[in-house]
Amino acid sequence: MSTEDTSAHPGRWLQLAGPGRDEWPGARAHPVPAWLRFFNSELRLVFGRPRNLALLGVLAIVPVFLGILLRLTIGTSGGPGGPPFLNQLAGNGVFLALVVLTLTLTVLLLPLSVGVVSGDAIAGEAGLGTLRGLLTVPSGRTRLLAVKYAAIVVFSLTACLIVSVISLIMGFILFHVGSVTLLSGTTVSLGSGVLRVLTVALFAGAAMASLGAIGLAASTLTQHPVGAIAGVLVLTVASEICDQLPELSAIHSYLPTHYWLSWDGLFRSPVDWSGIEHGLVSYAVYAVIFVAIAWAKLTSADITS
Amino acid sequence: MPASPVPDSPVPAGPVPAVNTVAASTGTAADFALTSTGLTKRFRTGLTMRAGSDQLAVNRIDLAVPSGSVYGFLGPNGSGKTTTIRMLLGLIQPTAGSHTMFGMPMPDHQARALPLVGSLVEGPAFYPHLSGRANLARLDAADRTADPATARARIDAALDRVGLLAAADKRYKAYSLGMKQRLGIATSLLRPRRLVILDEPTNGLDPQGTREVRVLIREIAADGTTVFVSSHLLAEVEQVCTHVGVMRAGRLVYQGPLAELRGQAGLRVRSPKPDLAARVLAELGLAGIRQSGQEVTAELGAMLPEVICERLVLAGVPVAGLETPRRSLEDEFVQLTGEGFDVD
Repeated sequence: MSTEDTSAHPGRWLQLAGPGRDEWPGARAHPVPAWLRFFNSELRLVFGRPRNLALLGVLAIVPVFLGILLRLTIGTSGGPGGPPFLNQLAGNGVFLALVVLTLTLTVLLLPLSVGVVSGDAIAGEAGLGTLRGLLTVPSGRTRLLAVKYAAIVVFSLTACLIVSVISLIMGFILFHVGSVTLLSGTTVSLGSGVLRVLTVALFAGAAMASLGAIGLAASTLTQHPVGAIAGVLVLTVASEICDQLPELSAIHSYLPTHYWLSWDGLFRSPVDWSGIEHGLVSYAVYAVIFVAIAWAKLTSADITS
Repeated sequence: MPASPVPDSPVPAGPVPAVNTVAASTGTAADFALTSTGLTKRFRTGLTMRAGSDQLAVNRIDLAVPSGSVYGFLGPNGSGKTTTIRMLLGLIQPTAGSHTMFGMPMPDHQARALPLVGSLVEGPAFYPHLSGRANLARLDAADRTADPATARARIDAALDRVGLLAAADKRYKAYSLGMKQRLGIATSLLRPRRLVILDEPTNGLDPQGTREVRVLIREIAADGTTVFVSSHLLAEVEQVCTHVGVMRAGRLVYQGPLAELRGQAGLRVRSPKPDLAARVLAELGLAGIRQSGQEVTAELGAMLPEVICERLVLAGVPVAGLETPRRSLEDEFVQLTGEGFDVD
């Protein structure tokens, strides 16, 4: 050790002068990835907040209630109408997940959950005053935003997977389970059907992660999380309405919600990926634009909260 | 001059320490923990772009906080103290001017300087549903330069230091105001610091709590850490400060060692021959001589009272009484800040 070239260690003299003293803060790069520690802390914050757990709880209960409700009603009237795949439900429980995902997306349950978490991301910290604490640590503004968005993405995927997995379980309990008949009439194995449903869940998760970027941007514009959350929901509803108006068909494919349900190609044989592909491109573009807005705002903002 | 001492760690030593080369560089700027030049913040009020509608919160202040000092940053509410602190910590951007920390220009070296700085800005702010310990762990996790291996020990040491170890696992929302304030101070003690910035640390505390904070400030300073503490109550920090800066309406109206602010002593002589006394004092070169009845007052300046007394007696002035009344710091302060502590 003493023969080591000390010129590579400008601080060596200090170590010799003051053995038994703590590190000089801020001077040493850590072997343990610090971003992982921060990300962990953020995940624990998001998934440990009682309100967020309640949201996930509601998302978990919806498939249970909806499954029971559909089981009771479908026995008597299996007629047309209602969300897509409802008719197939009596034939196979796998489709419960698709019905529930469609409903939770369109009646805003999933967007609400992601809106709450993403709208709260920065505005919530600003409202509590913890933002100034984090920034003076210093956490770094870009780093804070990256960790926040990563946690939003994880929450989005988790929310969609919870809905799907519990729907699958309820579908298996309440309905007939077996090989799956696709929209194109072909029959595939149950495993393939479940895989397709989980792909839909991930696709919905990507949609929610993209919406989360919008929420994150809104969150940097206000100190009131409620404002950011409301903004996300208003935008979602407005987009869905615009998507229904034939007069606006020229802009339909540019709307953030346009591809949310465009996964029916997965249930054809051969699989038609075009809806999924277009959707992912749209989500990625929205995510990049809005994360950039959030970054531009947060890195230049005066933190007066 | 060597670099400021590294405070003794409350926890077992971490692995190989390294030195911050910029911080260790010598030079006059490094002798100050904090300096600012023409630091200015103009807030735009309302949506209008008219310059007249802007509010000058901080107006060209030149701070100089010597390393190792306890710097009392005083001023009435609304005089720009918190805005200044926010600029120093990089939370808000100055409209004009610059500042340095440990000789490093900010905000360029912010990532390097700020881990050396513990701060409590505008009251404690934590996650209400988390315990005190979890709140500190959260802040420590956000610090990319903190050692995760020692986190637990450092957090407990910080909690212990502010007397919150027993309440460490209680939720923050169940804390009393004093406990919240102490947890805020604990964040600045998570690691050894070279500078601790406390914004109104005694706000909302009872006299007992205020005393505890003073003791804590003394302890932090005893480690060689520079303490920058703001207050609108002079009495609360007067006993611990070595230096003071006084803000009034966005301007730094006084800055210097506390002793100098206190040093403006006067002289009061009572004598049946006030005219003669006044003449002697004038001969001695004292300023501000004023006579009323049997009393003559003047500014003491650098003159020793015993010398004055001797000269008076030698000149045949019967001295019935001689006093050197020091103006109270409170008086000085009120004079500097205007009509007391009302918002200007």
